[in-house]
Amino acid sequence: MKKWDILLKGIVRENPTFVLVLGMCPTLGTTTSAINGAGMGIATMFVLILSNIVISLVKNLIPDKVRIPAFIVIIASFVTIIQLLMQAYVPSLYETLGVFIPLIVVNCIILGRAEAFASKHNAFDSALDGLGIGLGFTLSLTLIGAVREMLGSGSVFGYKFISGDGMIAFVLAPGAFLVLGYLMALFNKLKTRMR
Amino acid sequence: MVTVLLCITAVTSAAVGVVYRVTEGPIAIAKGEKKAAALARVLPPFDNAPASSADTVAVDGGQVTVYTATMAGEPVGYAVESAASGFAGDIRLMVGFDTQGAIRNIQVLEQGETPGLGAKIAEENNPVVVSFVGKSPADLKMAVRKDGGDIDAITASTISSRAYVQAVSRAYAGYLQVSGGDAAQWDTSSGATSHAAESDEANGNGGSL
Repeated sequence: MKKWDILLKGIVRENPTFVLVLGMCPTLGTTTSAINGAGMGIATMFVLILSNIVISLVKNLIPDKVRIPAFIVIIASFVTIIQLLMQAYVPSLYETLGVFIPLIVVNCIILGRAEAFASKHNAFDSALDGLGIGLGFTLSLTLIGAVREMLGSGSVFGYKFISGDGMIAFVLAPGAFLVLGYLMALFNKLKTRMR
Repeated sequence: MVTVLLCITAVTSAAVGVVYRVTEGPIAIAKGEKKAAALARVLPPFDNAPASSADTVAVDGGQVTVYTATMAGEPVGYAVESAASGFAGDIRLMVGFDTQGAIRNIQVLEQGETPGLGAKIAEENNPVVVSFVGKSPADLKMAVRKDGGDIDAITASTISSRAYVQAVSRAYAGYLQVSGGDAAQWDTSSGATSHAAESDEANGNGGSL
């Protein structure tokens, strides 16, 4: 039951976007459409799972003083690996997310989980935590992307349901803030009611 | 402490190196495939390998790459890779011409325009492409309607549309050079390309055909 909790807490109780409010730069930048949000979320999830596993494996070898640089090196390597793999095997996704991939390195979710969870727990729990938080991040980004795409372009996952244009502001930066704010309020209202 | 950090960096860089070696080939293939797909879309059927016979020519202060497609040794079309700077970075196009100079199709290779606005230039059958296909730039006033030309712009994306027109204009200049057309004639007719092109020409770059 406890393992289940580690996995699920990332989706609702400690949702990285709506509750922890971490990783806002990729959240605001990549969610112009549902598919972009999902792509960014999945790429982040992979890095998060891998870095969590490795960091929890080597946590006892790393002296406390160089902990942060060591974490950053490990995270940056995984990001580079993911970037190369995406470029090689899913070039179309790489093109849309290209500029945001290197930003995963400085995504505070990943360093935050390394510091707060992986450096204190075993590899399996850390992997579950990475998966849970990664899923939470992916779902949140996909949701924001879907809402912005719906209002801004009149389509969802690229399928158009209105003719003509939507409210373009929602595809641009102001829409990102508006949608994020309203979804955050809605999410937290639902979360309190669930309790 | 230093040793541990050194070990970590050594191991991780080794891992990155291995992945780089593994993905080097697929990345090159993916890039090549994209170019081949763009060539196939804008050119008539051909039996040579246009990607391997490219001519680079200087046009309008930049360079364009011209791929010649042949069928049984006879040229059947030309694909020109050209670029112009749009709203956010360069817009790179692959423009296909038949031997008469009429545009067959245009494919966007690279663009970073605003999603939902300028990014529509990359969509199929968008107004800009439609106003080009089947026509020769020589018979068109190469500017968006707002600037008094013949090309429909994308709503609320005049800058992206202008850059697109400019890239097509450059591509046509490259096509004329390689196919042996009357490049001097194009020199005058490209005057109305866009405001950006006009300022280029004022600097004397436009006439370098």
